[in-house]
Amino acid sequence: MVKSKQKPLAEIKDLLKSYSSILNVGCGGCASVCLAGGQREVIALNNELSLLFKQEGLDKKIDGYTVERQCNVDFFQGLSDERIKKYDCIISMACGAGVQFLAEAFKSKPVFPALNTVSIGIDKDIGLYEERCRACGECVLAYTGGICPVTRCAKGLFNGPCGGTNRGKCEIGNEYPCAWYEIYERLKEQNRLQDIKKIQPAMLWKNQVLRVTIQEPYQERYKMY
Amino acid sequence: MELKSESKLEKILKQGHFAFTGEIGPPKGANVQAIREKAKYLKGNVDMVNITDNQTAVVRMSSWAASLIVLSEGLEPNYQMVCRDRNRLAMQSDILGAYAHGIRNMLCLSGDHQKFGNQPFAKGVFDIDSIQLVNMVKMMRDEGKFLNGEEIDGIPKLFIGAAENPFADPFEWRVPRLAKKIEAGADFIQTQCVYNMGKMREWIKIAREEGLTEKIYILAGVTPMKSLGMAKYMQSKVPGMDVPDEIIKRLQGVDKKNISNEGIKIACEQIEEFKEMKGVSGVHLMAIEWEHKVPEIAERAKMLPRP
Repeated sequence: MVKSKQKPLAEIKDLLKSYSSILNVGCGGCASVCLAGGQREVIALNNELSLLFKQEGLDKKIDGYTVERQCNVDFFQGLSDERIKKYDCIISMACGAGVQFLAEAFKSKPVFPALNTVSIGIDKDIGLYEERCRACGECVLAYTGGICPVTRCAKGLFNGPCGGTNRGKCEIGNEYPCAWYEIYERLKEQNRLQDIKKIQPAMLWKNQVLRVTIQEPYQERYKMY
Repeated sequence: MELKSESKLEKILKQGHFAFTGEIGPPKGANVQAIREKAKYLKGNVDMVNITDNQTAVVRMSSWAASLIVLSEGLEPNYQMVCRDRNRLAMQSDILGAYAHGIRNMLCLSGDHQKFGNQPFAKGVFDIDSIQLVNMVKMMRDEGKFLNGEEIDGIPKLFIGAAENPFADPFEWRVPRLAKKIEAGADFIQTQCVYNMGKMREWIKIAREEGLTEKIYILAGVTPMKSLGMAKYMQSKVPGMDVPDEIIKRLQGVDKKNISNEGIKIACEQIEEFKEMKGVSGVHLMAIEWEHKVPEIAERAKMLPRP
């Protein structure tokens, strides 16, 4: 899922400096799952901001509302124009897609991100996540033993490892495992080293223009795209 | 003699000479004199000079520009190109431009990660990797085509180099990777600085047994230790570098003022051994910021006169 992390409080506060009535919209999807922007985080952030406003004697009011997902307009029903009208600005605790979709739905209101969208990743533990995919649009995992070189190799090599691999770690730091070392070890284990003996040709990058995904059964319906 | 390129290095290697190449790091600025100064020490002492490309991810004068200055000094440059700083479009146009101005050798590298440099939050390009770059230059030279298959008007006849680090993990993959670079189209290899001679012998032996040393010229990398601090830094801080304790001990064993001389002595002994090592076609001397010592090293390692 998409992993995100709250921006520093000072940065959020700064975004809100010229507004007095603020709505913080949470997201019950990925942002909630990774403990960054669900209902609980909306309440916590609003409490922190309210306290900060109070301490500084600022006359600001902040409310919260969490939708099931900010990446689907069907879930915006609770956010009526009537409701939105009461606020000068909106902050969103969703990923970048959610923020943009909210901004698109309420074009007259400034919409600010309260999170940084970090990655498509996995849960290593509660509150601990690690990136696994950069959505390059041309998955190569079949020949790399299920380890993504685009995401996990610091240089995104397709014919690694480079000369900087250091006792199984990446040259950029010991905290990063070398993806190509792991690819080698896994393929050796599976007796599939021939997969990486072939030269992998230059990648055809598919993530350089706005991507629209149409699933096969819907081709006819969305042929205008 | 059939040559693939218009490189002097290729001719020297094909004639069976033991090659000797050097290296110049361009200045952090437009200081032309600094390059001419360094070139002065290398001229006549080496067959070709590598011109590094924003090495350690620190911005310096561009490699092709510094290569042209070196060329005007009468030295043959080896234009280094890393995959970190430019995409395939910029690479292909720079290759054509470099060739148009008389550059005849290229070294294709991945490049140190930008995190190491002094602008660590730059966006690393890595559009293609070093093996794909080698393959692209070969396609441009041998098929006269760009990466997309379109015809090139004026083919760049370059001698294609690649790097290899026999000491990086996993060791068993280092020879297959060399084979991949050969298949991609590399004509010569310049290795990482060698200090662990035992491992180097083993790597070369496997490469020889696989028949690879017949297909490519391998130049062994040599960097003389200037100080004990440098040796310790190389041992512990430089990724992929293999400095055995014996080297440290040997430097520790001499009088402080003789350490750099001992470093040169070690380098010369290595060069002597490489001359005899079957499968090694030459030495690439990386006297980092020590270019003025190159004439002395060339002399002491009995590499003079050059062909």
